[in-house]
Amino acid sequence: MKSLKNHISLIIALFTVLFSVQIYVAVDRTIAAYEERLKNDYSIIVVANKTLTPAEFKAMDSIIERSDVIATDQVLKRLEGEMSKKNLDLLKLTLPKFYRIYLSRFPTPYEIEKLQKRLQKHAAIERVEGYAQSHDTVYKLMLLFKDVVQIFSISIAAVTSLLILKEMRLWQFQHADRMSIMALFGAPVWLRSAVLFRLAIVDAIIATIVLCIAFFVIEQYGWMDLLLRTVGISIDLFDYVNDAVRSLLIALGVSIILTLTIVIGSSEEE
Amino acid sequence: MDKVIIAENLSLSYKEFETIISKANFSIDAGSFVFITGASGSGKSTLLKSFYGAIEPRAGQLMVGGVKMHKISTSKLNFLRRHIGVVFQDYKLIKEWTIEKNVMLPLIISGYTKDVSSAQVQKLLGHVKLIHQSGKYPPELSGGEQQRVAMARALAHNPILILADEPTGNLDEYSSQVIWNLLEGANTQLKTTVIVVTHNIPSTIMIPYKHYHIEMGNIHEIS
Ligand SMILES: Nc1ncnc2c1ncn2[C@@H]1O[C@H](COP(=O)(O)OP(=O)(O)OP(=O)(O)O)[C@@H](O)[C@H]1O
Ligand SMILES: [Mg+2]
Repeated sequence: MKSLKNHISLIIALFTVLFSVQIYVAVDRTIAAYEERLKNDYSIIVVANKTLTPAEFKAMDSIIERSDVIATDQVLKRLEGEMSKKNLDLLKLTLPKFYRIYLSRFPTPYEIEKLQKRLQKHAAIERVEGYAQSHDTVYKLMLLFKDVVQIFSISIAAVTSLLILKEMRLWQFQHADRMSIMALFGAPVWLRSAVLFRLAIVDAIIATIVLCIAFFVIEQYGWMDLLLRTVGISIDLFDYVNDAVRSLLIALGVSIILTLTIVIGSSEEE
Repeated sequence: MDKVIIAENLSLSYKEFETIISKANFSIDAGSFVFITGASGSGKSTLLKSFYGAIEPRAGQLMVGGVKMHKISTSKLNFLRRHIGVVFQDYKLIKEWTIEKNVMLPLIISGYTKDVSSAQVQKLLGHVKLIHQSGKYPPELSGGEQQRVAMARALAHNPILILADEPTGNLDEYSSQVIWNLLEGANTQLKTTVIVVTHNIPSTIMIPYKHYHIEMGNIHEIS
């Protein structure tokens, strides 16, 4: 069966596109989850000579989510026995305020630097500790990995699209006889190419189903999950609703656009 | 009387400096029955092609159904073709469709409902004596059977103009007579204009007809 062979090559090509897109999405999701984890652990310490309200901090930079006062009572209490009451009161008066600032997302080193400079400009702020070095190697590796995956997915998608185009030219050739006879009886272009569109749509649906099955199998084996858990991340590699719908739309989009290209191309040749 | 086809100084050719039909002047009345004869390679099929817009006039004017064929737009051409029934010399049946669906093609294109189309197709397959073959595919039929399928398809949508290129070329006397009766019937009962390319005009033909002969690129009427 020649036509079955054609179906399979288109399905494989579409599947490859969908798979590379999904890998890209999964990597993106992994990094986002990791950033979320880092963000929750990350804070900036600010030393100020007067009280600053959370609202004041928020006004300084939009990336600032909230600020906590670092309580000094405990430290002072420890000193109670060692210092005279008078000295302690003096110390209490002159002691600066300590704040811990939490951000709305995990910053890049550049953002930390910028934020640090901005905070230091404030008259009341004496010192800022940004811990820029807390960008650990895992995170940097992940960002690198994301870039690599991005380039990889784009090239795979491009190459596969060319393959699909070639495949559809073959179809067009096979259907040319029928399409030209239909044209002789006055069938408009859309009717002549209805079969092509039907094939494209069916194959897009099948490719999406195969993708769902592939990710189901990957998740069943669980090694990816295990790998991610070692860096403290738990994400859905594949969301059977959102990702499936997106994949289907991509597959339909790709195959319909390519069919259109061929149909428009062939109607001009007439 | 209305003219279905008007040709003025019509020249036809496939390549630029070649002539197959040269400066032909003729017109075909609506509702008439026309025979076109000529030697093999004289340009009979080419002339029919120009009528259904498969070849454009090289020079001169050609009007079919009131439409100018030179630089005709795709949508106008499609519209025109939906009112023409062609029996091609090489049949041009769709191999991957059943006989039934092949005959239905013009009805599918015109958007008839399944019920109407099926009834019409059954009637026509009855006329060409092919009901028993309706589920088969064209390559499974004999040449003559395929030719009769092509005839049924050309009649399916009750066209205003039938162009038949040697519709009895492969048929025995009895089947030929069936075809001639169908064409005569369409002409007399439905007032369809019929143009038939043939090598021999049947002696049994009962209705008045016109006869054009093509020779050396010239078309002249024989009375
Ligand atoms: N598609 C084509 N491209 C180029 N030349 C063609 C083409 N079709 C036909 N011809 C040439 O045009 C001339 C007329 O061909 P046509 O098919 O019209 O002849 P015909 O009268 O129908 O012959 P027959 O009785 O054998 O069917 C021939 O010399 C043929 O070689
Ligand atoms: Mg011919």
